[in-house]
Amino acid sequence: MSRAPRTLRIATAGSVDDGKSTLVGRLLYDSKSTFTDQLAAVEQASRDRGEELNLALLTDGLRAEREQGITIDVAYRYFATPKRSFVVADTPGHVQYTRNMVTGASNADLALILVDAEKGLTEQSRRHAFLASLLGVPHVVLCVNKMDLVGFSAERFDEISADFERFAARLDVHDLSVIPVAALHGDNVVHRSVNMPWYEGLPLLHHLEQVHVASDRNLIDVRFPVQYVIRSGDFRGYSGTLGGGVMRAGDEVVALPSGFATTVRAIWAPGGIRLEEAFAPQAVTLELADDLDVGRGDLLCRPGNRPHVGSDLDAMLCWFAERSALTVGGRYVLRHTTLQTRAQVSALEYRLDVNTLHRDPAATDLRLNQIGRVRLHTQQPLAFDPYRRNRATGGFILVDEVTNETVAAGMLTGPAAPPLPASSAAVPARSPSVTSPTVTTSPAVTWHASGVTRAERESRGATVWLTGLPASGKSSVAVELERRLVAAGRPAYLLDGDNLRHGLCADLGFTPADRAENVRRVGEVARLFADAGTVAVVSLVSPYRADRDAVRAGHRAAGLPFVEVFVDTPVDVCAARDPKGLYARGEPGLTGVDAPYEPPESPDLVLRPSDGDPTTMAALVAALLVTPPSGLPE
Amino acid sequence: MTTGTYEMTHLEALEAESVHIVREVAATFERPVLLFSGGKDSVVMLHLAVKAFSPAPLPFGVLHVDTGHNFDEVIAFRDETVQRLGVRLIVGKVQDDIDSGAAVEEHGPAASRNRLQTTTLLRTIAEHRFDAVFGGARRDEEKARAKERVFSFRDRFGQWDPRGQRPELWNLYNGRHRPGEHIRVFPLSNWTELDIWRYIRDEGIALPSLYYAHRRPVVARDGMLLAHTRFLTLLDGEEPAEATVRFRTVGDATCTGCVTSTAATPDDVVAEIAASRITERGATRADDRISAAGMEDRKREGYF
Repeated sequence: MSRAPRTLRIATAGSVDDGKSTLVGRLLYDSKSTFTDQLAAVEQASRDRGEELNLALLTDGLRAEREQGITIDVAYRYFATPKRSFVVADTPGHVQYTRNMVTGASNADLALILVDAEKGLTEQSRRHAFLASLLGVPHVVLCVNKMDLVGFSAERFDEISADFERFAARLDVHDLSVIPVAALHGDNVVHRSVNMPWYEGLPLLHHLEQVHVASDRNLIDVRFPVQYVIRSGDFRGYSGTLGGGVMRAGDEVVALPSGFATTVRAIWAPGGIRLEEAFAPQAVTLELADDLDVGRGDLLCRPGNRPHVGSDLDAMLCWFAERSALTVGGRYVLRHTTLQTRAQVSALEYRLDVNTLHRDPAATDLRLNQIGRVRLHTQQPLAFDPYRRNRATGGFILVDEVTNETVAAGMLTGPAAPPLPASSAAVPARSPSVTSPTVTTSPAVTWHASGVTRAERESRGATVWLTGLPASGKSSVAVELERRLVAAGRPAYLLDGDNLRHGLCADLGFTPADRAENVRRVGEVARLFADAGTVAVVSLVSPYRADRDAVRAGHRAAGLPFVEVFVDTPVDVCAARDPKGLYARGEPGLTGVDAPYEPPESPDLVLRPSDGDPTTMAALVAALLVTPPSGLPE
Repeated sequence: MTTGTYEMTHLEALEAESVHIVREVAATFERPVLLFSGGKDSVVMLHLAVKAFSPAPLPFGVLHVDTGHNFDEVIAFRDETVQRLGVRLIVGKVQDDIDSGAAVEEHGPAASRNRLQTTTLLRTIAEHRFDAVFGGARRDEEKARAKERVFSFRDRFGQWDPRGQRPELWNLYNGRHRPGEHIRVFPLSNWTELDIWRYIRDEGIALPSLYYAHRRPVVARDGMLLAHTRFLTLLDGEEPAEATVRFRTVGDATCTGCVTSTAATPDDVVAEIAASRITERGATRADDRISAAGMEDRKREGYF
């Protein structure tokens, strides 16, 4: 087949007044992607309106849109340059913005957000940047449009860029570019503008041509949702689209949720071409070594790298339905990969105001275009990954059983935490720490409430708890995270396990009881930091699950956010890194070697070496703190 | 570990997406059918569908809505193709609906049976209780089609409601429907005309000979070249003349124009399309010129 770089899928955003249609029209026109008959039609329509050539009309589609000047729905446009093919999901900026933006962004590699240089950042710009971040769009381009109306001012451009960058630092945006354009005249759209010699970057089209999208797929975690079973004579094959990873003939695989293990005998491309290996998102057919009871809705993965499997799920949800609202107890049909099952809403944790990013935990429903965090219980278990890790295994839709409408899009954040025990005494005794040390509170000591409420403080705090084996890389991530948060203007402080053992915990050793006490103390300190409005970044091996759960429960009881991050680095990799020489020295009682480590059952995030360098990992963690309840620039 | 880059080409990515869609339909619908006219898009769609289920046979049949005004070469190609692939062909005849009074033949110089296809299509879907109907339409063809979903819901009257479309996220398609309703499925939504031709070239897909340059008598009308066939009524002053032409689309012979071309091979056609400054519909479809919203109006009525 002809060799050409991968198609770039773009979702546009920004209100119509910001000149979005004109920009898309200009992009098509100046890149010579318009055809003479289309152009003739636009020229005619422009003349009918008494205008010169109105490029915005290139993207108007339906009768009602032209008649009423409104935009009804997402339109898909295609164009190509000698370097690359493009699909533009042109999402209208009008009334149904959230639903359309979410739809367009679900498959996008890049979000193109427009800002009017005169008006500067608006709620809309922030909302669209947030949605792009929520949907995991890897690249964001901000076009500061109508630069002609501000005299092509470099100062104005710098001001808007800085505003936006400050805002984006709070989001999960890894790649942000800002380009000054004047779409009406074509400045910096396809051709470099002579009016803005101070701008040293690429014009928009050239930037779009060179954005690197290959690494945006998850090629690490093998995920194969079985879509269809093909039978022909002796042949029995499992067809599907790889949702992640690279699969090879001879690979061991397990089927979830059953857990049956087998090996891949052969991989076939459509049409019966035998492949040695297949990668996401190829559509293939697998022959397995054993006849298993595997069918549509099951998922094949590698035995050592499994997704979560469960029926209780935490998710962000965007509500689409005009005629109904999401409420706790509501039942829907859930579609996830190739699985269809029933789901019930067991809790609405909060509703998010997409303009201010404020969370409203008192909300009782989600209505059209609203976003919230929910817990769901499904009839059949799902095999899934957090959406941040894999869009293919982390996204789902809800369908109304009566109307058959698609009423919501969801992004899984992780398994739902098990319900909290009524009292801490009810914590199951599975770890040695639960029996010791015995900490009693003197009845003479009472809690002295502060005169300052949490809402009155400058900022809101939280605890990020990084757990994992020695030398797994926790501290490197913690250092980067602290740096990133502080740079974004959010108070943060690093509580490193080794450092605390120099002072606060200098009296403790490494017996299970001492380790438990160590975790307890650090947990208490972190909780105080969080209460004071600081993000406590804790880097601690903390090997026992129950100890960490106790810290989590303490935070929850105090109404403070607690994020558990599992730095899941295999022990051989830790030993190879070994910056402190622990493994090399054969340190006795080393966790993971001759002392147990209990990985979290339901961490908020898992970081693996394949996730990239500490800076990249820190960005993943920061994304979990993406919606601070306050402290956003107005 | 190998050191491959694990990159799909543009066409490989399009093919994978289309195969996923076709398999999804086979897995979730009871009675799918694939619209097959012998035109290049439906030929590519059929080729993809056959590949998707290899080595098993295609798990559904194909449907041709026959206006009765076909090019002979296309009908011959249609019959030869279904026989070669061993797929079941159902033909819904517009003539039957004219005979029964369900459809009324247009008259006058611009008369075409193109619009009448909708009646026949909906009747055939109802008769066979099809619940999913594959169409080869592409979003790049026309502005109303640019708004089309991959899974497009049609009500009991076969109608399309552009305002009430279901949001479509990731590759999760909602095909739920009640009895009497159906879903139009467009696996080639994201393909362009050039993609189609490059794929035809790369895969060595056979097409009706009309798609390649040949000599035939043509009539110039309204800036288009119409084939002089037994279905075309000549207007005053019109004189057929021989020309070397090919067709970019193949539909009802009364309203499908051809273009002057010497492109005789898939390679030639790819080069010609890549350089063309005019869309295939702009070049060859008389019926799209009736009104700016002609396609949208027909789609609302149940056209595909």
